[in-house]
Amino acid sequence: MDSATSELPGFTPLGRDSANGLKIVIVGGFGVGKTTLVRSVSEIRPLNTEEVMTQAGVGIDETAGVATTKTTTTVAFDFGRISLNDRMVLYLFGAPGQERFWFLWDRLFAGTLGAVVLVDTRRMSDSWYAIDRLEHRGTPFVVAVNRFDDDPSVYSLTEIRQALALDPHVPLVQCDARIRSSGKHVLLSLADHLHALATARETTP
Amino acid sequence: MTRRPVDTGDPERLYTVTGGRSRADDDSCDLVTLIVSECEPSPAMQSEHVRILELCRAPTAVVEISAAVRLPVTVVRILLCDLLATGRVTARHPPVARFRGSLPDSDLLKEVLDGLRNL
Ligand SMILES: Nc1nc2c(ncn2[C@@H]2O[C@H](COP(=O)(O)OP(=O)(O)OP(=O)(O)O)[C@@H](O)[C@H]2O)c(=O)[nH]1
Ligand SMILES: [Mg+2]
Repeated sequence: MDSATSELPGFTPLGRDSANGLKIVIVGGFGVGKTTLVRSVSEIRPLNTEEVMTQAGVGIDETAGVATTKTTTTVAFDFGRISLNDRMVLYLFGAPGQERFWFLWDRLFAGTLGAVVLVDTRRMSDSWYAIDRLEHRGTPFVVAVNRFDDDPSVYSLTEIRQALALDPHVPLVQCDARIRSSGKHVLLSLADHLHALATARETTP
Repeated sequence: MTRRPVDTGDPERLYTVTGGRSRADDDSCDLVTLIVSECEPSPAMQSEHVRILELCRAPTAVVEISAAVRLPVTVVRILLCDLLATGRVTARHPPVARFRGSLPDSDLLKEVLDGLRNL
């Protein structure tokens, strides 16, 4: 059999004191650059795996009448990793944001610190559902506009904020997901936002 | 390398791997729970347990185990239940509560910020 290292080139073990796993989710439509963003900031090559979800439901069976049915759905997602210090390690999950994936999200990504919604201005409506859902869940998020070279539109951030009906307090940044410093900037704006929210909550009597 | 499907095998194989159970007894292992081996694998163990014990000589997240052994997260959770119950591995759980709308305290988030700044 293959050893762990030959099956997973680029798999680097964590330090032995690592104890606190944290997670951030990067969500967006197909091809918006989720994997590219994960890759540009991750210390490991993005890995891919999947979760199988079984949902119980009630269906009508013509011969047996009303019966309980089970639907099984498989969702694939990729992830990367950033060791923040000796104890803390941050996992970045890239996941599709379409409506049909959300029941998986609720379970897979419970306990996430926050989310990055990645937007392509040529297909802005792809992110509407994700934004709605994150607002509804109360998961803090930032929106990052991934600027593609062949994008003819030159919407300003103000126009994009309007088009997405974004709350004024939600940070909106531009990025090039292929560039590490740009990806780092996106993560920092999320971390800043989270820190500000937590501080505000702690100082509110 | 690009996206490749995880080899989940046929249902019968999954059934064998997990000893016939189709779900974990509880939800105690998060995707980012770090698993650490507490013993060396022995020849009598099933191969998936051996792989996990080898991998987890260094702390390894549940989701990383899933990618490495090419089994869905659900199946890995079931395998881990056995290993946890017998003390062959231990789990380091995430510091962040999993309930909805929870935000960790600002000290923890400050550490996140500092770590990211050092990237
Ligand atoms: N010009 C440009 N191309 C980009 C940028 N980000 C990603 N791409 C390219 O866009 C394509 C899709 O990027 P991915 O990172 O695979 O997108 P994804 O969101 O993970 O896609 P799916 O997982 O298939 O939904 C790739 O060919 C990338 O190289 C960017 O900022 N600028
Ligand atoms: Mg992708």
